[in-house]
Amino acid sequence: MEDKNNWSLYEVFVRSKQGLSHRHVGSLRAPDDEIALQNARDVYTRRNEGISIWVIKSELITSSQPDEKPEFFDPSLDKVYRHPTFYTIPDGIEHM
Amino acid sequence: MSDLVLSKFVLHIADSQLILAQRLAEWCGHAPELEIDIALANIGLDLLGQARNFLTLAGELEGQGRDEDQLAYFRGEREYLNLLLVEQPNGDFAQTIVRQWLMDQYHHVLISGLTQSKHAGLAALANKALKEIKYHVRFSTTWMERLSLSTDEAKQRTQQGLDELWRFTAELFELSDEEQQLVTAGIIADPVRDFAVWEQHVKSELQRFELNLPATAAFRRGAKQGMHTENLGFILAEMQYLQRTYPNMVW
Repeated sequence: MEDKNNWSLYEVFVRSKQGLSHRHVGSLRAPDDEIALQNARDVYTRRNEGISIWVIKSELITSSQPDEKPEFFDPSLDKVYRHPTFYTIPDGIEHM
Repeated sequence: MSDLVLSKFVLHIADSQLILAQRLAEWCGHAPELEIDIALANIGLDLLGQARNFLTLAGELEGQGRDEDQLAYFRGEREYLNLLLVEQPNGDFAQTIVRQWLMDQYHHVLISGLTQSKHAGLAALANKALKEIKYHVRFSTTWMERLSLSTDEAKQRTQQGLDELWRFTAELFELSDEEQQLVTAGIIADPVRDFAVWEQHVKSELQRFELNLPATAAFRRGAKQGMHTENLGFILAEMQYLQRTYPNMVW
């Protein structure tokens, strides 16, 4: 327990039973990683939502900035060849 | 092998689960942190679910047609067979955690033993409960570590909780003479062995938590005789008020 008086903010990611990847489900406060994991289990997976939980201190996450949106996300919009829209997906293909 | 003896034994387990659930419910909205509030409610609900199952089984074994509600709401304190430990007040968070941890360790040993019971119904309930209990152990152990190995005040409060509650631990695995038949018949595990397992584990964990075993050995008993501390009457008065005022009322 590094800081005894301040509980850190953690982000919680849960992978559901059917899910292929962990999804961000919310955040919570905890004094350390183990308790963060327990809290996440109690707060976010009481109705069989998950089979795997990740918790990470919020301060460890670097996020893209809203004002960087053009250079981050727009470049591909005018390049049709980047979007796989020229064929149909056969039935029976899962997880596309 | 009398079903009535087994019925009373199962009732004793159910009553402990029910009263502890009731105590944990008192924390609702009052816990030190939001997440702890949710966790204590979760554990309380786990125990309530277990109590419902064990009460129902006790009623069936008894053969008097009493269901879970009648057993929960229409017995007085002298008919309640719960361990004295679970009816003790919540105190502060540390005392609640000590009580929870002592009970979780007890449940883990007791219910593990019952999964091997020759009584199929009892073994099935034990298997179902064990999953939940393993998580309870993890929760209360984590908090025992965090409290007793952190600040001076937290450690002192944890030690106080232990000093307060230790005298209720002697009766955890004690059996009446008639219940010894259940051991012989393979219905329940050997309590002498179980107590040794529990005691050894609890004592080594307490060393790890750097807590001292209370010197006092004025152990209190009374669960199986319906002899309770002054606390149970108040719990039942609150819990049973509605059913006794409007019998058989349903939501």
